Amino acid sequence: MSHHIVEVKNLQHRYPDGTIAIKDISFRITHGESVAIIGANGAGKSTLLQHLNGCLTATSGEIRIGDTPLSKGTLPDIRRTVGMVFQNPDDQLFMPTVFEDVAFGPLNLGLTGSEVDDRVSVALDRVGAGHLRTKPPYHLSGGEKKRVAIATVLAMSPDILVMDEPTSGLDPFARRQLMSLLRDFHHTKIFTSHDLDMVLELCQRTIILHEGEIMADGPTDEIFRNDALLAACRLEKPFSMQGCPLCCRNQDTKKP
Amino acid sequence: MISINAAVVDLKRLDLLADSDSPIHTLDARAKVLITFVFIVSVVSFGKYELARLLPFLIFPAVMITLSGLPPMYMARKTALISPFVLMVGLFNPVFDRAVLFHIGQTGISGGWISLVSLLIRSLLTVGAAFILVGTTGFTAVCQALERLGIPRLFAVQLLFLHRYLFVLADETGRASRARELRSCGRKGLGVSSFGSLAGHLLLRTWQRAERIHTAMLSRGFVGEFHAHRQSRFGVSELCFLLGWSSFFVALRTIDITGVLGALCTGIIP
Repeated sequence: MSHHIVEVKNLQHRYPDGTIAIKDISFRITHGESVAIIGANGAGKSTLLQHLNGCLTATSGEIRIGDTPLSKGTLPDIRRTVGMVFQNPDDQLFMPTVFEDVAFGPLNLGLTGSEVDDRVSVALDRVGAGHLRTKPPYHLSGGEKKRVAIATVLAMSPDILVMDEPTSGLDPFARRQLMSLLRDFHHTKIFTSHDLDMVLELCQRTIILHEGEIMADGPTDEIFRNDALLAACRLEKPFSMQGCPLCCRNQDTKKP
Repeated sequence: MISINAAVVDLKRLDLLADSDSPIHTLDARAKVLITFVFIVSVVSFGKYELARLLPFLIFPAVMITLSGLPPMYMARKTALISPFVLMVGLFNPVFDRAVLFHIGQTGISGGWISLVSLLIRSLLTVGAAFILVGTTGFTAVCQALERLGIPRLFAVQLLFLHRYLFVLADETGRASRARELRSCGRKGLGVSSFGSLAGHLLLRTWQRAERIHTAMLSRGFVGEFHAHRQSRFGVSELCFLLGWSSFFVALRTIDITGVLGALCTGIIP
């Protein structure tokens, strides 16, 4: 299962305008791990994610997916191994119907006929979107688009699932549905998110990025107990770890 | 910006109409694209003063709308939207072309008026046929049919993307325009200059989006080629549909049916 491993060594990324978005980052994510990459806006989370399947090229450093170093020659293989779900599903769903969108990846992999049909059906059923297969993506709600976007990636049978802000823009019910869906995946999972309650529920390990550097890398519950670290990185505890605002208010009013 | 949002909803409705299973909807898209092409060529190939011979062509949209179950009033309204533009184009025909072609009672009708009405009828017929094609086939299937008929793939894919992102861009335009309106407090805002900046921003955003979409496509193994997942086929019913209507249009184009009918009527009723 070595191809489920993500290894990043001394990664640095400088944008053409000179901004250094990532400064010397290293980590290793092993098979079946569920890891959150969190941080304030502009910390470099999305830039980092885009390196994992070669959408951005590192200024320096190395990325290995399993035993394969990421390079121009290995890109097609790596893009099959690392499934990337974008933050905005409108960027991801570009084909005329849901079916064709989910079939886009398998067709590019060289599959044909019933194989494609099977892959599409399994992926759509897995995210509970089988009934949407004939619809055009712009007729779907936000939650439906997100689920279909995940199906487009699942249809390629990736070994590693990378998601940028999976729960952003979803209503509480759709968020809950998506979280239970993600819990059932046994892939290696890497998320970026500002939804720290989701991180607490789904990820055993958390990496905090701050101004392009790793400030912490460890068990999620330990990191979320470190108030000083969170404050230094412009973060807060998840709501579920904070006191109930109503109870606190009642206690305050009862005090003489 | 209610008008933009309303236009998007209206456009989506046209697209949704294609999701039906009437005898016309189930025909292969290529047959419908071809017959629409033959229809348009037949209609536009008449001389500029032709009027009476265009009228029998109304049978095609009437039959197609009836058989496919498209809402007639909606289709008529969509088609009529084009008429102001056509009137603009033909506005000066009556001014420049004053030669009297025939009289109704004492009033002489000039060639300019005839050509203006002829232009209007032609545009309604051709635009109506195009709407019927999209309403019974769907824009996507039309693009795919064009590709299978030999149009370069690049054009077909461009059309598909144009259609797909039209809705996203229209949404963005609607939002940006609403934000401008709300901060203009019912006045002109900064006038035309603010629209220039707004259009520039939209262009840049479109550019960024195009980059993100390309990244998404690369992530799913895109190497510059679209693989079609074909389902429909060109069978006997498509052939009958195509031959039947084509011969009808050719007949209307070559034989002056309205003239023959007129002569028959005036012969019978002196």
